[in-house]
Amino acid sequence: MVVLFGLFLLTLLVITALGIVNADNLFAAVMLMGIFSLQMAAIFFVLDAADVALTEAAVGAGVATMLLLGALALTKDKEKRRRRRRWPAIVIVTVTTLMMIYATFDMPRLGDPQAPVHQHVAPWYLSETPKVIDIPNVVTAILASFRGYDTLGEVFVIFTAGVGVMFILANGSGNGRRTMVPSADSTGLRHHLVPRVVGRLLVPFIVLFGLYVQFHGEYGPGGGFQAGALISAGLILYALVEGEKEALRAIPLSVLVGMIAFGAFLFGAVGVVGMLFGGNFLDYSVLLSNPVAGQHLGIMLVELGVGITVTGVLLTIFHTIAARRKDH
Amino acid sequence: MEFFGLYNYWVFAVLLMIGLYTVMSKANLIKKLIGMSIFQSAVFLLYITMDKVEGGTAPILKPGVDGQIYSNPLPQVLILTAIVVGVATLALGLAIVVRISESYGTIEEDEVREIDRE
Repeated sequence: MVVLFGLFLLTLLVITALGIVNADNLFAAVMLMGIFSLQMAAIFFVLDAADVALTEAAVGAGVATMLLLGALALTKDKEKRRRRRRWPAIVIVTVTTLMMIYATFDMPRLGDPQAPVHQHVAPWYLSETPKVIDIPNVVTAILASFRGYDTLGEVFVIFTAGVGVMFILANGSGNGRRTMVPSADSTGLRHHLVPRVVGRLLVPFIVLFGLYVQFHGEYGPGGGFQAGALISAGLILYALVEGEKEALRAIPLSVLVGMIAFGAFLFGAVGVVGMLFGGNFLDYSVLLSNPVAGQHLGIMLVELGVGITVTGVLLTIFHTIAARRKDH
Repeated sequence: MEFFGLYNYWVFAVLLMIGLYTVMSKANLIKKLIGMSIFQSAVFLLYITMDKVEGGTAPILKPGVDGQIYSNPLPQVLILTAIVVGVATLALGLAIVVRISESYGTIEEDEVREIDRE
């Protein structure tokens, strides 16, 4: 039954992707992209990746759709139909697809326990996590502790992307537009009854759920990345309902920019403190006298740093794009 | 059902190439970014497909339960972070497109090139 469900979802995914490519109306393409992400999240869940499904649902279907819509509002939402030579692309793509499908016959089939990917470090992670770190969620253990370097790098990439968007969009374009301040007409959807009522009801619960995901990430699916995406999705909804001005009064831009830097700093600082205590960089065992308790403390602080940076970056990007006005 | 053991990989191949086709054949820059997102999602699907173990469950350990099979947590960690990085880079791309649109008045690649040539 689960297998059939998976096949159905995967087929639906391909159909949605074809719909996205064919849509002339970019608004329709963006909406289909949101549906595509939601289907992808369902597939991740069927494939036992609860953490990834949570992230994809919050980021792909929520934040990414929002950003694409924001960009559409600043450009054009119609794609020009034109006669282009499409045959070379179609031939290249078809030949490559067939070659890749031919190559898949050497892949282990889905769920094969003998597949090479399950032989190397994965069993070690599963057997050592209860002894060394002693938290139930192995994904969080690997993310924050075993492969902390990776995660630190990813946080810096997100940091850089957030700073980059601010550099590109926030400094005006030479015609006197200081754009970090929203214009006075940004009253949001306050005059529409249904979004206002539903939005006000939902926002606290989304943010609360985000905080739960942040601090319960060691025990269930969750962690800083998911929590950051969820909290910023909730706050973006608040900005949409109440207007950007109101949202910026609740959390000013200077706070958001501070959050971007502070989260990344916190992550790195935990690593450096470990070094001062005589351990390696990002070794949390030395933080407290009990190594396992030290791991718990380190993971909690690091996840907090990740959550703060992700929230800050996503909200800053949203406000930067939303504050820009299209000039006609 | 044995036959469908590779179906995930076929969908991966098709999605990857749908994304590539969009990037190659569409002139609209936002459409190109959407194509890149599809390409990226296909790679996510490949990784998550590899984490599945038959009869397994999500890798959240439960004390006192013996003999439970868990799926491979490592690909999940890699993709978890990649999704958030993906949306951050998408935002960077969109910011550049918005600036192009403001400077050139269009986001169609060939029209931008025409204006550059003049």
